[in-house]
Amino acid sequence: MSAFSALKTIPSHPIAGGHRRRSSPFLSSLTNTAPTGHQLHSSAAISVSLSHSVIAPGRPVRAVSANVVSEEKQLDGSAFPVISREEALDLYEDMVLGRTFEDMCAQMYYRGKMFGFVHLYNGQEAVSTGFIRLLTDGDSVVSTYRDHVHALSKGVPARAVMAELFGKATGCCRGQGGSMHMFSREHNLIGGFAFIGEGIPVATGAAFSSKYRREVLKEACDDVTVAFFGDGTCNNGQFFECLNMAALWKLPIVFVVENNLWAIGMSHIRATSDPEIWKKGPPFGMPGVHVDGMDVLKVREVAKEAVGRARRGEGPTLVECETYRFRGHSLADPDELRNPAEKSRYTSRDPITALKKYVIEHGLVAESELKAIDKKIDDLVEEAVEFADSSPPPPRSQLLENVFADPKGFGIGPDGKYRCEDPGFTQGTAQV
Amino acid sequence: MEMVVRRGMGRGISAARRSFSTSIEAEKPTGEGKPINLFSAINQALHIALETDPRAYVFGEDVGFGGVFRCTTGLADRFGRSRVFNTPLCEQGIAGFAIGLAAMGNRAIAEIQFADYIFPAFDQIVNEAAKFRYRSGNEFNCGGLTIRTPYGAVGHGGHYHSQSPEAFFCHVPGLKVVIPRSPQQAKGLLLSSIRDPNPVVFFEPKWLYRLAVEEVPEHDYMLPLSEAEVIREGCDITLVGWGAQISVLEQACDDAEKVGISCELIDLRTLIPWDKDTVEASVKKTGRLLVSHEAPVTGGFGAEISSSIAERCFLRLEAPVARVCGLDTPFPLVYEPFYMPTKNKILDAIKETVSY
Ligand SMILES: Cc1ncc(C[n+]2csc(CCOP(=O)(O)OP(=O)(O)O)c2C)c(N)n1
Ligand SMILES: [Mg+2]
Repeated sequence: MSAFSALKTIPSHPIAGGHRRRSSPFLSSLTNTAPTGHQLHSSAAISVSLSHSVIAPGRPVRAVSANVVSEEKQLDGSAFPVISREEALDLYEDMVLGRTFEDMCAQMYYRGKMFGFVHLYNGQEAVSTGFIRLLTDGDSVVSTYRDHVHALSKGVPARAVMAELFGKATGCCRGQGGSMHMFSREHNLIGGFAFIGEGIPVATGAAFSSKYRREVLKEACDDVTVAFFGDGTCNNGQFFECLNMAALWKLPIVFVVENNLWAIGMSHIRATSDPEIWKKGPPFGMPGVHVDGMDVLKVREVAKEAVGRARRGEGPTLVECETYRFRGHSLADPDELRNPAEKSRYTSRDPITALKKYVIEHGLVAESELKAIDKKIDDLVEEAVEFADSSPPPPRSQLLENVFADPKGFGIGPDGKYRCEDPGFTQGTAQV
Repeated sequence: MEMVVRRGMGRGISAARRSFSTSIEAEKPTGEGKPINLFSAINQALHIALETDPRAYVFGEDVGFGGVFRCTTGLADRFGRSRVFNTPLCEQGIAGFAIGLAAMGNRAIAEIQFADYIFPAFDQIVNEAAKFRYRSGNEFNCGGLTIRTPYGAVGHGGHYHSQSPEAFFCHVPGLKVVIPRSPQQAKGLLLSSIRDPNPVVFFEPKWLYRLAVEEVPEHDYMLPLSEAEVIREGCDITLVGWGAQISVLEQACDDAEKVGISCELIDLRTLIPWDKDTVEASVKKTGRLLVSHEAPVTGGFGAEISSSIAERCFLRLEAPVARVCGLDTPFPLVYEPFYMPTKNKILDAIKETVSY
């Protein structure tokens, strides 16, 4: 790989907040102490500190924890809003869309309208919204099996996502994939990846392509790729392999860990040797950041910096968002393992409620306007269900199409017709 | 002994005439046990395996709380968290770790949560587990390794929770591949697999975990590997299958009987090394063979059976060997019933083969 001169950084000891006490989420959950104050507050200080953490040859790599920084220069949240009114409305609407959509999915799943395994995103909205609403159309997103809301934040219409979930021809993948397989070329959503860790290298390859277009082909391309994945996935080799490749080739990528503390029934603290995932960035030569993933404004501040860094060609960033899923792992999970006290500790920090409080207290938006958004989204999601329900199923030829680029001799018989249209193909067989 | 399996649209079948005539092990299942389902039978086998061998371990993703299919329920409480434990999400690591554990003289019983997730572990299984004894000139072996993994369709699983990857492993000398069809078979075959001195990949038909209920003796018993079982005798055509497909084949046999066709049904049980003699003897009697599996037809294990039987029974065959299998497509989401080797497809093929 010599397309680019790979910068080799020899990290000295990362400044990982070692001398400063930070309120570790893990320690607090271990000792069951109450969570630290969760009011949304400006974290403008983060950007200052992060922008100085650019890695240059020979310079030490720095790890920055958003918590460290914000403790250092904590701004009084009440003083000045960090977002504009338009931004506030956009963030609120996107989060409400995510929540309402997922609640509707649960209803539709239990009514038997959906196929496959369905994993909902409730509780984690601040991460999707905080990152993806900052991205341009040209930027790419790589998701997991918990992908509906990433798709929505990236702009895939709710009706196309719902129709995909219903396995209908009008779905964003023509009903070919279903819940864990959201793709949209138009929106540069490079997919939901149902296997642990498998989206991360794909995102890394996509980021390489942007860098190549910019640096070798001299195209005006400053596209960034954002890869989302869970805490459990950070114990998989592909994660480490990609931290290495991305830092080695200084790729325009942001690795976003949605640490919801659980991987199905495996508690993060019991599954990993050092639960502070953000610390894994610096040893590979990239900054690591920890941020409160229940606070969309903090996520957005960190995202701005990390995405900006990637866009400026300064390389990758690892961001750990501490969040929580409000439902079971999938709709098939009775969710019996997580302790109710833990659950209520996080549900009391609902990111949507917190944003609502913030925008109202700061006089950015009137409550009635938020209500109007809620109503608009309810209607939108209702409409998405009606659309999905009334859409036609894919043609039977779907079964044989798209296996290869050219289905001749495979999906198409010697008579030039689709084999599946031959009455013999499904004769006496299954009822669909 | 009565086994009831319900699949798909609630169609029930019952198969009496189960016998263990082929069992050569000292400990045969004797007496009648309680009716239990397949995951409970697996669970019993694991309890016995850990009970009878202090150097046996069970590990994998989520097994500590019983696993996503409840197969490991109660094991951690009973045998402690140093013998029954969760691993992080790293299948390649799980497989390699299991090989190392087995190489040190232990029984490493690893669970891969879905057979679809076994591919990240494929390298370790193929390049290390299968060749450990051979490559070290028998200095080491990982015969204590058993990898359990749920395979196959469940009616709505989509691309990544439905695959049947058994044929990939059948192509690797040094691995045994075992697939049970029912609770009683699962218990006996799993104990044999765990105690076999070779690495075994044990595929569990997840569609049957809850649906298949059968009386299973509570005691420790083993069923022999590499012995197929004739589970229904007939004279017009031999049907060969394994795992969940056996219940579909049984339904097809019933329907064929109504139109006067007598089918002999063989459960292969062990795919590698497979019992060619039993299949050969049957085909020499019936003159016809149909093989059926859920995995795509091309390169599936049915191709191997078809080819071997053509070699051995060429002059006795009255018709080409029929294969009723999954289509050569990824496992589909919406059109699963078209993909699947359903009863009616099998019935059509039986009729065609018999009247060839
Ligand atoms: C290769 C592979 N192994 C196992 C699984 C089964 N599985 C699906 S999600 C999951 C847990 C993932 O946890 P985490 O990365 O924390 O993401 P979260 O579900 O919490 O969003 C597991 C084990 C899988 N999808 N792929
Ligand atoms: Mg998680």
